[in-house]
Amino acid sequence: MYRKEKMILASLLATIAVFAVYSLYVYQHYVVPKPEIIHDFSFWGKSFLFLALVMVAAQIIVHIVFAIINKIVTKKDIPVISDEMDKIIELKSLRVSHLIFAGGTFLAIGSQAFGIQQWIMFAKLFSSGFIVTILSDITRISLYRKGL
Amino acid sequence: MNKCHITNEIRKFRFLQSEMTQQELAEKVGVTRQTIVAIENEKYSPTLELAFKIARIFNASLEDVFTYNA
Repeated sequence: MYRKEKMILASLLATIAVFAVYSLYVYQHYVVPKPEIIHDFSFWGKSFLFLALVMVAAQIIVHIVFAIINKIVTKKDIPVISDEMDKIIELKSLRVSHLIFAGGTFLAIGSQAFGIQQWIMFAKLFSSGFIVTILSDITRISLYRKGL
Repeated sequence: MNKCHITNEIRKFRFLQSEMTQQELAEKVGVTRQTIVAIENEKYSPTLELAFKIARIFNASLEDVFTYNA
């Protein structure tokens, strides 16, 4: 497994861990004591904003830790160049992300036509965002391994 | 996944260039070693620009290094 694949894998594991811990924290500290909060739009807005901030911070930390470990183990710096193959893989994973997120958004908003509760729409949006991140990373690893 | 129709002789040319390493070739053409590995293993078809750069490093023509097998 090459350095980039390891980096993506580390990022993927961090995403899963952060999302799981964050969801559990929000559920236990906000939803359990006050279940009706799920009908409050500002709760979903705040949850989304904080999750985005936490994810960005987690990714930065993962990159720094990975670079340090890589330097210790291999005595080499992580290459900063992003060549043509990286860019094509990035574009292909972005296409997968867009398709899945568009599908998730369509399902989430479309479910409102059938009178489904609004909090389910937000839950679907959150879920599709999470699935997109996971599948995007899996696509990238898969393309690096199988080739283009 | 599309099958790669472009085969190459990069391994042979590296050997002829005093066993040039993949890392050295990667640095000379400005890509990562992983990309050179992918090209050499025919998992990735390089752009025309990169193909020319590789051929030029080996002082060979494009057809000598790469072959298109449709």
